[in-house]
Amino acid sequence: MLKYATKRILLAIPTLLLVALAVFAMLHLIPGDPAQLMLGDIGTPQALAHLHAQLGLDQPLSKQFLLWLTRVLHGDFGTSIVQQRPVLDMLLGSFAVTASLVVPAVLLAALLAIPAGMLAAWKQNTWVDTGVMTLAIVFLSIPSFWLGLLFLMFFGLKLDLFPVVGYVSPLEDFREGITYLVMPVVSLALIETGVIVRMARASTIEVLRLEYITHARAKGLSEPAIAFRHALKNTMAPTWTLIGLSLGSLLGGAVVTETVFTLPGIGRLLVDSIFARDYPVVQGCLLLVTATYVGVNLLIDLSYPLFDPRVRLA
Amino acid sequence: MSAVLNAAKILLRRRNARIGGVLIAAMLIAALLGNIYTPYDPIINDLLARLKPPSAAHWLGTDEWGRDVFSRLLNGASVSVLISFATALIAVVVGALIGALTGYFGGWLARIAMLLVDALLAFPSLIMALGVIAVFGASSEGVICALSLTYIPAVARVVRANVLSLREKEFVEASRVMGNSELYTMLHHALPNAIASIIVIATALFGWTLLAESALSFLGLGVPPPASSWGGMLADSRNYVGRAPWLAVAPGLAISLSLLGVNLFGDALRDEFDPHMKNLA
Repeated sequence: MLKYATKRILLAIPTLLLVALAVFAMLHLIPGDPAQLMLGDIGTPQALAHLHAQLGLDQPLSKQFLLWLTRVLHGDFGTSIVQQRPVLDMLLGSFAVTASLVVPAVLLAALLAIPAGMLAAWKQNTWVDTGVMTLAIVFLSIPSFWLGLLFLMFFGLKLDLFPVVGYVSPLEDFREGITYLVMPVVSLALIETGVIVRMARASTIEVLRLEYITHARAKGLSEPAIAFRHALKNTMAPTWTLIGLSLGSLLGGAVVTETVFTLPGIGRLLVDSIFARDYPVVQGCLLLVTATYVGVNLLIDLSYPLFDPRVRLA
Repeated sequence: MSAVLNAAKILLRRRNARIGGVLIAAMLIAALLGNIYTPYDPIINDLLARLKPPSAAHWLGTDEWGRDVFSRLLNGASVSVLISFATALIAVVVGALIGALTGYFGGWLARIAMLLVDALLAFPSLIMALGVIAVFGASSEGVICALSLTYIPAVARVVRANVLSLREKEFVEASRVMGNSELYTMLHHALPNAIASIIVIATALFGWTLLAESALSFLGLGVPPPASSWGGMLADSRNYVGRAPWLAVAPGLAISLSLLGVNLFGDALRDEFDPHMKNLA
């Protein structure tokens, strides 16, 4: 286990380095002088030269990359051009908001989707199956921002159940904070449910064909016992990967939901910074989100043996 | 040609393919119509007709600039379809070439190429697209660039895996033994046999792009105004959800039904021609 874990962790390092290189290269792909872009029209030649030296732009590119990488590894993501605050502070604040949206949404989606997918597989080719799968593909086809907008119109404006605009951290005021999160979390969860149900059903069908299930039936076990004690674990491995992928990609990809519900999450920070041409923040967001994505996938890989001890960890 | 017709006949036995086909056809007709004729001009303002609810004159009402929503919907269809089609085409051609070359020939160059592909796959797709748009700026070309770059690695991976296994098949070996060059063998024998999985992924790609394009336009980083796009129309509708809910309903329904069509059709294609891809749902 330890050997496998070490190997997987070491394999993630070149990926992360290439990701860092790509994000670094981005700033240099933008036409024009980054320092000039940062200063705008007001920059005097002295200020420009000073910023050049400060950013290390007078050094060769390879050295600049190493310098930048060293800083990032020390947690120094630079300073926001627009807000003049350390980028790291902004990143952490907005990341917490996104996590409070995405983690409950993915959990809710998994709780809805896995039983539904298993049920559909168990009742394959009956009306239950057709119903579940029809719902799944419908939710899969609805863009999360439209579902969010419909929620906003119906539950927010018409029924006046939840606040329509703004955000209160659940850490500051739990009850108030939750009311701001209900609609975004549920709308995001429903969309994810569509994806996960299909995987849960497909992998359950695979498992149901196996002989040990027939054996369990022959032994006279009840269907629920077979489902939960024998099939569940084996159907979980591929589904678990998908849940990890959703979790990882939503940490950045929830930006549209954040936009609909005006949540100050990291996706929103990224988009706002792109508009404001605040490149240090853009780089920081890209790096943090991608590193988290790689990290979550790594954790998922490492957790496989929990579901399936047959995964030989060599 | 008859092979294509035959495949279509087999495919249309599936209910998913029929429903999906109808929805896709509706989307394509809307796109075509949006290009040649719309009841009203989709871009010019008519401030006397602002925020009118649906009526006989304006089937789907008018927006905050008095523009006919139905006309903008048709025009938006042509924009979305064109962008999705261009993106899917670029991503499939480039991705398939990379996948086929690296899968067939291997070697250190292939290993480096795949390392790059894996690094690109390490980015969540929307984040990758946003990063590219941060560089190129928001425009139709920017969206096509960003999204094709985002999806090339996925295509390359699928095609590579396919070609890797095809390379070892007897008929490919036979072509080599007959004295055909490696490149000829790859293009004429290995790649055509990967075509089923390429078509399956191309269909999925079209759907992903359709969704991603509307998401980017919704964020204001896609097709720039005043050109109409479904995502952009939804973004504009947010300011009037209380006064003019029809603005949010029509474009959202258009995106959802188009995506539903592509997803249903794609499922049918996959089940029929590439059953081992089933687990990639």
